[in-house]
Amino acid sequence: MIGGLFIYNHKGEVLISRVYRDDIGYVAQRSFMVTSCIKPATLFNVNLFVCRRNAVDAFRVNVIHARQQVRSPVTNIARTSFFHVKRSNIWLAAVTKQNVNAAMVFEFLYKMCDVMTAYFGKISEENIKNNFVLIYELLDEILDFGYPQNSETGALKTFITQQGIKGQTKEEQSQITSQVTGQIGWRREGIKYRRNELFLDVLESVNLLMSPQGQVLSAHVSGRVVMKSYLSGMPECKFGMNDKIVIDKQGKGGDLYAFCCSGKQSIAIDDCTFHQCVRLSKFDSERSISFIPPDGEYELMRYRTTKDIILPFRVIPLVREVGRTKLEVKVVIKSNFKPSLLAQKIEVRIPTPLNTSGVQVICMKGKAKYKASENAIVWKIKRMAGMKESQISAEIELLPTNDKKKWARPPISMNFEVPFAPSGLKVRYLKVFESKLNYSDHDVIKWVRYIGRSGIYETRC
Amino acid sequence: VLFVKFFTMNSIFIFELKAELNSDKKEKKKEAVKKVIASMTVGKDVSALFPDVVNCMQTDNLELKKLVYLYLMNYAKSQPDMAIMAVNTFVKDCEDPNPLIRALAVRTMGCIRVDKITEYLCEPLRKCLKDEDPYVRKTAAVCVAKLHDINAQLVEDQGFLDTLKDLISDSNPMVVANAVAALSEIAESHPNSNLLDLNPQTINKLLTALNECTEWGQIFILDCLANYTPRDDRESQSICERVTPRLSHANSAVVLSAVKVLMKFMEMLPKDLDYYGTLLKKLAPPLVTLLSAEPELQYVALRNINLIVQRRPEILKHEMKVFFVKYNDPIYVKLEKLDIMIRLASQANIAQVLAELKEYATEVDVDFVRKAVRAIGRCAIKVEQSAERCVSTLLDLIQTKVNYVVQEAIVVIKDIFRKYPNKYESVIATLCENLDSLDEPEARAAMIWIVGEYAERIDNADELLESFLEGFHDESTQVQLQLLTGIVKLFLKKPTETQELVQQVLSLATQDSDNPDLRDRGYIYWRLLSTDPVAAKEVVLAEKPLISEETDLIEPTLLEELICHIGTLASVYHKPPSAFVEGSRGVQHKRLPGSAGSGESVESPEPASAAVPEASPSIIPSQGDLLGDLLNLDLTPPTSTAAPPPTSGLQMGAMDLLGGGLDSLVRPSSHSCPGILHCFSPIPLSSYFLGGDLGGNPVSMGAGFGAPASAMPPSFSAPASGGLDDLFDLGGGVGMPTGAYTPPKTMWLPAMKGKGLEISGTFARRSGVIQMEMTLTNKAMSVMTDFAIQFNRNSFGLAPAGPLQVLTPLSPNQSIEVSLPLNTLGPIMKMDPLNNLQVAVKNNIDVFYFSCQYPMSVLFSEDGKMESKVFLVTWKDIPNDNETQCQIKDCHLNSDAASNKLQGSNVFTIAKRTVEGQDMLYQSLKLTNGIWVLAELKVQTGSPVFTVSISTKVPVS
Repeated sequence: MIGGLFIYNHKGEVLISRVYRDDIGYVAQRSFMVTSCIKPATLFNVNLFVCRRNAVDAFRVNVIHARQQVRSPVTNIARTSFFHVKRSNIWLAAVTKQNVNAAMVFEFLYKMCDVMTAYFGKISEENIKNNFVLIYELLDEILDFGYPQNSETGALKTFITQQGIKGQTKEEQSQITSQVTGQIGWRREGIKYRRNELFLDVLESVNLLMSPQGQVLSAHVSGRVVMKSYLSGMPECKFGMNDKIVIDKQGKGGDLYAFCCSGKQSIAIDDCTFHQCVRLSKFDSERSISFIPPDGEYELMRYRTTKDIILPFRVIPLVREVGRTKLEVKVVIKSNFKPSLLAQKIEVRIPTPLNTSGVQVICMKGKAKYKASENAIVWKIKRMAGMKESQISAEIELLPTNDKKKWARPPISMNFEVPFAPSGLKVRYLKVFESKLNYSDHDVIKWVRYIGRSGIYETRC
Repeated sequence: VLFVKFFTMNSIFIFELKAELNSDKKEKKKEAVKKVIASMTVGKDVSALFPDVVNCMQTDNLELKKLVYLYLMNYAKSQPDMAIMAVNTFVKDCEDPNPLIRALAVRTMGCIRVDKITEYLCEPLRKCLKDEDPYVRKTAAVCVAKLHDINAQLVEDQGFLDTLKDLISDSNPMVVANAVAALSEIAESHPNSNLLDLNPQTINKLLTALNECTEWGQIFILDCLANYTPRDDRESQSICERVTPRLSHANSAVVLSAVKVLMKFMEMLPKDLDYYGTLLKKLAPPLVTLLSAEPELQYVALRNINLIVQRRPEILKHEMKVFFVKYNDPIYVKLEKLDIMIRLASQANIAQVLAELKEYATEVDVDFVRKAVRAIGRCAIKVEQSAERCVSTLLDLIQTKVNYVVQEAIVVIKDIFRKYPNKYESVIATLCENLDSLDEPEARAAMIWIVGEYAERIDNADELLESFLEGFHDESTQVQLQLLTGIVKLFLKKPTETQELVQQVLSLATQDSDNPDLRDRGYIYWRLLSTDPVAAKEVVLAEKPLISEETDLIEPTLLEELICHIGTLASVYHKPPSAFVEGSRGVQHKRLPGSAGSGESVESPEPASAAVPEASPSIIPSQGDLLGDLLNLDLTPPTSTAAPPPTSGLQMGAMDLLGGGLDSLVRPSSHSCPGILHCFSPIPLSSYFLGGDLGGNPVSMGAGFGAPASAMPPSFSAPASGGLDDLFDLGGGVGMPTGAYTPPKTMWLPAMKGKGLEISGTFARRSGVIQMEMTLTNKAMSVMTDFAIQFNRNSFGLAPAGPLQVLTPLSPNQSIEVSLPLNTLGPIMKMDPLNNLQVAVKNNIDVFYFSCQYPMSVLFSEDGKMESKVFLVTWKDIPNDNETQCQIKDCHLNSDAASNKLQGSNVFTIAKRTVEGQDMLYQSLKLTNGIWVLAELKVQTGSPVFTVSISTKVPVS
C-alpha cells in the first residue's frame, strides 16, 4: 500500500510530508547524516522524520528537476515507486515499495485534490501552507496505514472542521461514526429544506478528429449528468433518459412516451459509470438508475456515445504553400443545428509554423488575431446561429530556414458552447420519493439544462 | 559564525515554544503545537520539546489531541523511552466514551513503531476489535496489520489473526473491507499460510459487502477475490455475474480490479457457453471508458489493455479508433496507444491504421516518430495485404531525409525483406542512396545485411561493403558481425572479384579483434571456406526460416502472471512483483486457474538436482555427491533459473541431443556461444529451433544476425557443437578453456538483509586456485566503500588469500564483480553441513553475516592422479565398510566423455575396463587436506544410469 505522501511546490520544496510506512526511504544511513552535517541547513536533520527525506530528495532530483519532459507518471527510483500528479504548479506524490494497486493510487491522489479543493479552494502553495494542520488531519483520516478510507467530503465535513467540534452529544457522535462507516456514507440524516428543489445539468463535451477531406476519423461525446439537490430527508430518486435499451424494452410494453420516441429519438449509450450512490446491481439487471442522492452538488453519472452524434460545427481547411516563404490559409466554418439556437464562445485556432514572420488576416465575422507567442491565429466569434457559415483567410509570411525538419502541421482546433446535447440525450424524468416526510414528487421543483461544449474538436489540415 | 547564529536562533525559538506549550490557556497551547508541527514539516528538529508536547495530550479538545498525536508519530521512534510516557493516555483514550477518540487512539498507537509500546497496545486493541462502534472496529482492523508489521510473532501469539478473520463476517461493510485488506497484506508475507481461507461461504460474504462498501473497500474486496480459485465453472460464472455491475463504477480502480477478477475467472468458463460471449462483450465498453479518465489513469489503463489484448484479442478488436493518438495527449499516453494500435491491426482496419501512422511519423517527439515508423513495418509483417502499401509509405518517409526517420525505416524494411523474400527488392536502390546518412549501429547493420543478402543484384555491392570496412574497429559489435557475414555472403556469390575483401575482413576479425564472438565467427568462416566451399555455401546461404508476425509479445507464463496483477504496479511495469518488491512480499507467483490448454505450462521448473550435497558427519564426503554433483548438475540444462520449460516437441529433441553433447566445452565460455551458434544457424536442424522457439524479435532471427545472448536458451549450444568436434578443437586454442564445473551464482546476501548491499556468488577452481566469485550490488541510495571480508573457521580451513579488492566506491545501482582467491591454510572446525562457510562482509555501513556452501569439487587438487599400482593396492586395502554406493540417473554421456568431463574437475581416471558391455572407470581424487578418495564408475552402454562406488581409507561413519 501507499508508504508515504508528499506535496511539493514547483521548486521541489516539501510542503507536506506524511510517512505511513518505514520501508520507504529507509536507506538513510548514518553516513548520510554525517556528511550532510557540513551544510548548516541540514544540521537539524538528525532525526527520523527528516531521514525519510532521502525518498523525498530522490523524487525531486529525478522528476521535478529533471530536464526532460516527464516520460511516465510512475517512476521507479532505487526500487521505490513514485506516483505523481500535478495541479497548477503543485506536485502530489505517493510513494511505495510494494506492488500496490496503481489505479487506486491515482484515484486517491485525484480524490485528495478534490477534498482539499472542497475545504480550502484552489490548490496553491499559499493555501497549502495556510492549511497544513488541516491537511495532516485529513490525511490521517482518509489514508490509514496507506489504505484509503472514506473520503466523501460530505461525511468528512461533519467531523473534520477548522473550527473544532464543540460539545457533541452522544447521539451526534454515533451519528457521525455511523455515517462515515455506513452504507449511505455520502448523506447525513435529518436534512431539512423549506423548498424542495433540484437542478439537473446535462454537460456534454463533443470530440472530433476529422481528416482534411472532411472524413470523420473519430467522434465521440463524453457526457456528465451533474445534479444539485436540495431535498429533505432521505429521498429515494429514480432517473430516466432516452436510453435506447430502455425505450425499446418499454416501447414493447406499451409505454406511450417510449412508444413515441422509439426509433430515432432514443440514443445508444456505449458505456456509463455512476456515482457510488447509484445501485449498480439494479442498473445491471433492470437498467434503472435509482439512488439516494448526496446533499448539494455532485456528479450522478458519466456516459459516452459514438453513434449518431450531432456535430455542431464543420471546419473546412485549405492550406497552400506558395513557394518556400509563404502560406495561404483559408478556413470555412459551418454551423449545423436548428437556426433558432445560438452557439456561443466560438474560437477557432489555426496553427502557424515556427518561422512565421508576419500574418495578414481577413475575416467576415468576429475578430481574428495572430498570436506569435502561441504560434497560432486565433479567431473569435461571440455568437452564431444554426445553419450559417463564415470564413477566414490569411496569408502567412515565412522566414527562410534551412531546417530540414518539416513543419508538423498541427490540426486546427475549435472551441464552442451550444445549448443542446450533441449526443441527443434527453432527460425523461427524475422522480423523488420520500415516504417519511410529507412531500411528494409533485412538490419538488425541478430544473433541467443542456450544455454542449467542444472537447478536443480538431480538423487536420 | 553562521553555525552559532543558527543554534542560538533555534534555541530561542525552542525556549519560547516551551513556554507557550506550558501555558494555561487552551488556545495558546494549540497555537504552540501548531507551530511545532510547522517546524517539523520544514525539517527543523523540535524533538527537544517532547515532554512538553506530550503533556498537552491529556485534553478533551479533539483537534489539539490530533496535533499531539501527529507529533508523537514522527518523534516516538527517535525517543522510545519518552514515548512510554504517552502510553497511559493512549490506554485511557481507548476507553473514552467518544468513539472518534477511541478510534484515534488505536489508530495512532499502531503508528508508533516502538517495540516497548507494542506490548501495551495489545489489550486496548483487543477491546477495540470488539468495540460496539463500527468506526472503531474498522480502524482496529487496520491496526492489526500495523502491529503485524512491527512484530508478527506477537500478533500470532495474541490470536489477533483469528479475530481479524471473524471480522470478515461483520455486519458493517467497511469493517469487512478493512479486515480483508489487513488479512491480504498479512497473508502476502506468509506465502504458504492459509490465512485468507477463501471458501464459498466467505466469498459470498465478500460479494455481499461489495455492494455496500465505499469505493476503496470495493477495491480491497475485488483484489482479494482475484486470489480465489473457484471450484468449478458454475461457481466461476456466478461470481462473474455478481462482479460485472462494478464495471459501471465511476472509480477506475474499481473497474480495473473487476476486470482482473473477470479475466481470471473467465479462464474456467467453457468457451461455447453463451455467458462467455456475453462477458467478452461486456468487457469492452468499460475499458474504452477508462481512456476518457485523467492522463495518469489513462496510462495505467493502457498498460493493462496492452496485456488484455495479448491474452484476449477478441475483446477490443473492433475498438481500434479509440486508440488513435490525440495531438495533446501526453507523450507517455501516445507511446502506449501506438503499441496497442499495432496489436489490434488487422486486415479490416489496416487502411485507417496506416493513414494514422503516416500522420504520426511527421510529429515532433523523436521517440514517438521512431516508434510510428517501426509500427508501419510491423503492420507490413502482420497484415500481408498491406505490405505493399506499407513499403511505399516507408519509401515516402525515406524521401523526407529526416535522419532518424530514414534509419528507422531501413531497420524495418530489412524485416519486411525477411518476411517476404524476393518481393520488394526493387527498393534497394533507394535505400543505397541513404547509406551515408546512417550513423546508428542498428541501421548500419540492417543496411549491411541487405547488401550482403542481395549482393548478386547490387552491382557495386563490393564497393559498398568495402566502404564500411575502413573504420571496422570503430564500429559496434553488431555492425562488425554483420559486416563479416555480409562479406562472406558476397564472396560466396561473387568469388572472383572479392577474394581480397574477404581475406581482409577475416584477418580483421580474427587477428585484430579482441571480441571473442567476432573472432570465433571469423575462424569458423575461415575454416569453412578453406576446407569445403560447397558446404560453406550450404551453410551461409541456406534458406532462412520465416519470421513470426507478432513481435514484442510478452512471454506466456509472464503474461498469465501479469493478468493476475491487473491494475497493480506489476501490470504497469510489465514485470512480476518479485522484480521490484523486496523481501518476501510478492515472491508468490500468481497464476491463472487451469483450463484446457493452459495452466500446465505455468508449473515452475524443478530445480536441476539437489544443488547442495547432503550433510555428512565426517570430514570425508560420502555418497555419490562428489561425482553426482559434477555429472548431474552440469548436464541438466540449467532450468533452475527462469528458463521456460519445454513447450514444443522440437525443443524436447534439442534436449535429448544435448545429453550427448559436449556442452561442458561450450558452457564455460558462455558469452562466446552465441557467436558460434549464429554462424551455424542456417544448418537446417538449428534453424528449426530458431523458427520453433524464438517467438520474439524478428531482428534477432536472421541467420547470423546478432541475437541477444539472453534470448537464447542454453540448449542451443548442443546441436551446433554436436557434429563439429574438430572445429572446436581449433576454436579451443582461441578462447575456450575446458574448465572445471562451476555452479551458477546464487544469492547469498539479499539487499534487505544487507542494508542495500546485495551479494551473490559462487566458487570455482581456476588453475589450481580456489576462487570465490561474487557480484556485489548496491541497491541503497548512498555510496558504499571500505569493503572487507572474513571467514569463520570451517571444515577445510578455507581462508581469503588476500584482502577483498573493491577499489572504487560502489555507487547506487551499480554492481561489481569481485574474485577473491582463497587458500586452505585457515583454522579448521567441522561444520554442518560439511561444506558450510560462514562469511562476514564489512563496509562503511555495517557488518553483514551470511553463510554459503561451496561445491566439494573446488577442493579437488590437481595432483589427484594416483599411480595405478598404488591405486590397486589402496583399493584392496580399504575395508568394505568404508565403501558407499549410489546411482546417478539421466546422465547421457558415454564413459569417455564422462571421464573427460570429470578430469576437468580434477577427478582422474586411472584405468578403464570393459566387462560385458559395462565400462568400469577407476578414478581417484585428492582433497586439499591430503585425503585420497577412490571411486569406481560403472557405465552401462546406452543406459543413462551410472553406478558409483566411493571409498577412502578413513572410515565412513
